[in-house]
Amino acid sequence: MVKLSDDERAMLDGRDGAAVQKAMELLVRYAEALDAEDFVYTNNVAGVPGSSPQWVKEYYAADGGDYRAVFSRFDLDSDEVVDVPRMNAFSCHLQGGMDPSMWQDQGMTEQAFANFRNDEAEVAAHGIQVLKTCTPYLAGNVPVMGEHCAWMESSAVVFCNSVIGGRTNCEGRESTSAAMLANRIPNFGFHRDEFRKGQHRVRVDVPVDSIFEWGMLGYFTGGAVEDTIPVLDGAISQQSLIRHKHFGAAAASSGGVEMYHMVGITPEAPSMEAAFGGASRGETFVYGQAERRAVYERLNSIGSNTDVDYVMLGCPHYSIEQIAEAARLIEGRKVNANAELWIFTSRAVKATAEASGYGDIFRAAGAKLMTDTCSAISQAVPKGTRVAALDSAKQVHYLPAMMGIEGWYGTTAECIDAACSGKWRGSLR
Amino acid sequence: MATVEVRQPDIVIRGRKVVGGVAEGEALVTQQTISGWGGVDPMRGEVIESHHELRGQSFAGKILVFPGAKGSSGWSGVFHMTRLTNKAPLGMLFNITTTKAALGAVVLRVPALTDFDIDPLEHIETGDRVRIDADKGEVWVWKLRV
Repeated sequence: MVKLSDDERAMLDGRDGAAVQKAMELLVRYAEALDAEDFVYTNNVAGVPGSSPQWVKEYYAADGGDYRAVFSRFDLDSDEVVDVPRMNAFSCHLQGGMDPSMWQDQGMTEQAFANFRNDEAEVAAHGIQVLKTCTPYLAGNVPVMGEHCAWMESSAVVFCNSVIGGRTNCEGRESTSAAMLANRIPNFGFHRDEFRKGQHRVRVDVPVDSIFEWGMLGYFTGGAVEDTIPVLDGAISQQSLIRHKHFGAAAASSGGVEMYHMVGITPEAPSMEAAFGGASRGETFVYGQAERRAVYERLNSIGSNTDVDYVMLGCPHYSIEQIAEAARLIEGRKVNANAELWIFTSRAVKATAEASGYGDIFRAAGAKLMTDTCSAISQAVPKGTRVAALDSAKQVHYLPAMMGIEGWYGTTAECIDAACSGKWRGSLR
Repeated sequence: MATVEVRQPDIVIRGRKVVGGVAEGEALVTQQTISGWGGVDPMRGEVIESHHELRGQSFAGKILVFPGAKGSSGWSGVFHMTRLTNKAPLGMLFNITTTKAALGAVVLRVPALTDFDIDPLEHIETGDRVRIDADKGEVWVWKLRV
């Protein structure tokens, strides 16, 4: 049985109202499923609270078919519908289903947009920050070392644990919604010191120094270590936020990596010994020229037609640095008449991009700067898309399979060239 | 009084309760981990991941026996939706406890066990009859082919 503090028992007994009680009931069931001893306090929660497509609301028609019904019955998995107050924890909404102004370009219906707008108003009314991004750490929620968080979104989870030294498991919708009300999450996994140690070594023998190379190394690493914790050392350089963002997202999608160590680079790995919590253990995987080529070929195994009609950038959501780079690459050029270029970011970063003049550059080029979502999340690609070019290993992992299209993986410059020429000319150099 | 004769199970596996309750049905077994979001269609209760050995098969009304969960944090949400579409599994047996699998089992509200004395993936095959008594921490297996 999970141990409860006096405060937690009082929440379970209804002291703080029915919604907090239902949240605590769900968290207790979850903690017992995990065999967790107790809970940790969290005041940093990121999820997708209460947002749902219309059919889910219709399913709960007998309960009112509204946000309150969905939040009670689905998010809190409660048999009763309860009044949902403002959230108690600092809470953020991650990515959503469509762009708030260019939803028609994405093929969304008026009805779906009305549902989206209504959910968003409810989210705001419940005191949840409308970040609408898979990169909360670029939009106003940056945890600190050792902070207990309850986050969804595998690419954000791996960034929080590995790059920042924050502590979160890969939470789900229901656990994050409950944590927003109860300020608690089971003390399991990455919240505990002993769980954060390396399990396998990845020795890097070829120079990994650009975002493109960091992405391929991430994809290789996930394939090698699956869902365990890798310790990487060797020829890794030029570390920066965007390189970690791409590496982690790739490793989380090819294998389910939720934390990694890079010796001398990430905060819990000042040395190999510190990263492993003792002697090196597990297997040693080597990333050399042959492995690098194999990863490139695997990422490009679903493309054979070089006529590109869609280029998507922004998985995970682009940072302002990446937007500046994309703007520099496309300034003075035009997106090909047979192609579309969509770039995805958060609303916060888009505001900065507009202020910095990049919005005008993209509009002049015929590219679209969108927020909130991406093609995989919204399952929205330009009408008639057959072949996409992507600069994200994660997106190439998901999008072609989900949409039944071909996909190419390359550098940002290769993708922008493809958008302007309508031709894929990428190669491994 | 009529008595019901119950054939003794061929195998008994013991494990730790994830979600309580009793369920009995046909096993669907995979040696591969399962993705929720992007890997399962909740409308059909079907595995859709490219290259997955269960691709195209539905777990609706079956006892799902699998090593563990992988992929997106949308795992619990997608499995939760199969409860709404009546395509949920009857019960779950998995080896690796992760937040994804545990939360998924909780919101599915189906009997589920983990941390076994012997590996279900070695002893249960698709088509075997399986009874989970999660409160007792027991799995009874009647082999389709002995």
